[in-house]
Amino acid sequence: MSEPLYPIAVVVNGVERTANVPARLSLVDWLREELRLTGTHIGCEHGVCGACSVMLDNEPVRSCLIYAVQADGHCVTTVEGLAQPDGSLSVLQDSFCQVHGLQCGYCTPGMLIAAQGLLNTTPHPTDEQIREAIGGNLCRCTGYQQIVDAVKHAAERLAAEAK
Amino acid sequence: MKAASFEYVRAGSVDEACELLRQDGDAIKLIAGGQSLVPMMAMRLARPHRLVDINEIAALKFVAPGPDAVRIGACTRQCLVERDDALAALVPLLRQALAWVGHIQTRNRGTVGGSLAHADPAAELPLVAQVLSARMMLRSTVGVRSVSAEAFFAGPLTTAIEPHECLEEIHWPVWSGMRTGCAFTEVSRRHGDFAILAAAAQIAVDNDGRCVRASFGLGGGGQAPLAFPDLAARLLGTRLEADAVQSAAHEAAVKLDPGSDLHASADYRRHLASVLAARVLRAAHEHAMSKQ
Repeated sequence: MSEPLYPIAVVVNGVERTANVPARLSLVDWLREELRLTGTHIGCEHGVCGACSVMLDNEPVRSCLIYAVQADGHCVTTVEGLAQPDGSLSVLQDSFCQVHGLQCGYCTPGMLIAAQGLLNTTPHPTDEQIREAIGGNLCRCTGYQQIVDAVKHAAERLAAEAK
Repeated sequence: MKAASFEYVRAGSVDEACELLRQDGDAIKLIAGGQSLVPMMAMRLARPHRLVDINEIAALKFVAPGPDAVRIGACTRQCLVERDDALAALVPLLRQALAWVGHIQTRNRGTVGGSLAHADPAAELPLVAQVLSARMMLRSTVGVRSVSAEAFFAGPLTTAIEPHECLEEIHWPVWSGMRTGCAFTEVSRRHGDFAILAAAAQIAVDNDGRCVRASFGLGGGGQAPLAFPDLAARLLGTRLEADAVQSAAHEAAVKLDPGSDLHASADYRRHLASVLAARVLRAAHEHAMSKQ
C-alpha cells in the first residue's frame, strides 16, 4: 500500500521550499534528509533533549515534535539561517567559539536557536533568563557555564555594536 | 519516520473538525501542539488512523477575560497564556503553574487545551483546572456541553471527551473582589519534567487575615489530579494557623493513592504531598495577605 503524500510549501531560511511528504515525516527529518540542512541535529526524537530546536515563525520549537506537513505555510529558521548572508558566523555563533561554549558540538545548533530566541526578545538577559532559555537543551560536555557566558558575551557585543 | 502511517487533515474550522469527528471519531485523533501526542505516536503508543490538525483554527486561539471567568480557547499556546499580564492579574495561578510546564520550546508549541485533553496525572494545567474548578466546553455537531474539572479527569490520559467531541474552550473562574493569593510548587527530577508530586492552592482573606475562600489540590499522587473541597472548607475562618494547615495537608496526603515507580516510591510521594500541600497553603495565604 503506497502512503499518501501531501504537498507543502515552507519558507526555510528565507527561501520557499516545496515538497510532497508523507504525513508522518517529522519536520527535522525533512530538513535534514530532503533539504540536506544537516546543521539541525537529532538527539532523542521525543522532545527531551532540545538538539533539534528550530524557529517556527520566529519562536523556538522542537522540530522532532512537529510533522513537516504541519509546517506548510509557515516560516522555519534553522541554525544555517543564523549565519550572516556571506556565510560568516553571527555574533552569537562567534561568541560560542570565543568563550568555549561548545565542545563536541552536538547540542550547539539547538543551544544557538534557543539563545537566539531569547536575544530576539530580551537583548539584555540576566543569567537567570539565559538559564531559563536554554533549560530545555541538554549538553553533556560543557556543564552549561560557558554556554551561559557565551550568550552573555554575545548580548554585550550586540549592545556595543548597536551604539 | 517513527510513527505508523496516518492520514492528515488540516481542519479549517471547529465545525469542520466536529463533522470529521462525527463521521469517524473512533479513528481520529485531534492534534493541537502535539508535544505529548507526537512522542506517543513515535513510540506507537498511539496509532490514529487519521490525524485532524486544529492548529490553524484561529477561533480556538483567544484569551477573553470576563467578570466571573476568563475564557481561553483550547488551541491557545501556553507561551501566550504565560505572557498575558491581564490574565495573570485575574487568574494568577495559571502563570505560576506554566513556569513548571516543560520548557520554552514546548510551551511555544504546546496548548492549554492539549495539556488538559492529554490529562497526564502529574501535569500542571490539569491540577490548576481542578483547584480552580475550571469548566471545559466540549463541542460536537449537536452542540456544546460544559463539564466540570472534577468530572472531566476520569483517569490517567483519560477524560470525559467523547470520540465525537472537541475541547473548544476552558472557563477559568476569577475570584473577583477578594484579597486573593495563590501558590504552585512541585518536586521533579529535572525542571520541566512531569512532577513526582505537585501542589497548588488559592486562598482569599478578609481584612483581618481570616480565610474566606480556599481551594487546594495535588497532582501526581494517583490516577488524576485531585482537589480537596471538604478539607479546604475547614480552613474558612482561620488565619491558616500551623495546626490547621498541617492537618489539612496531612489528610489530603492520606486521601491519595500514589504509585511507586523508578522516580519515587508511593511513601515518598505521600510524604511530598503532605509537605508541599502545607507549603502552598501557607504561601497562598501570605500572598493574599500581601495584597491591599
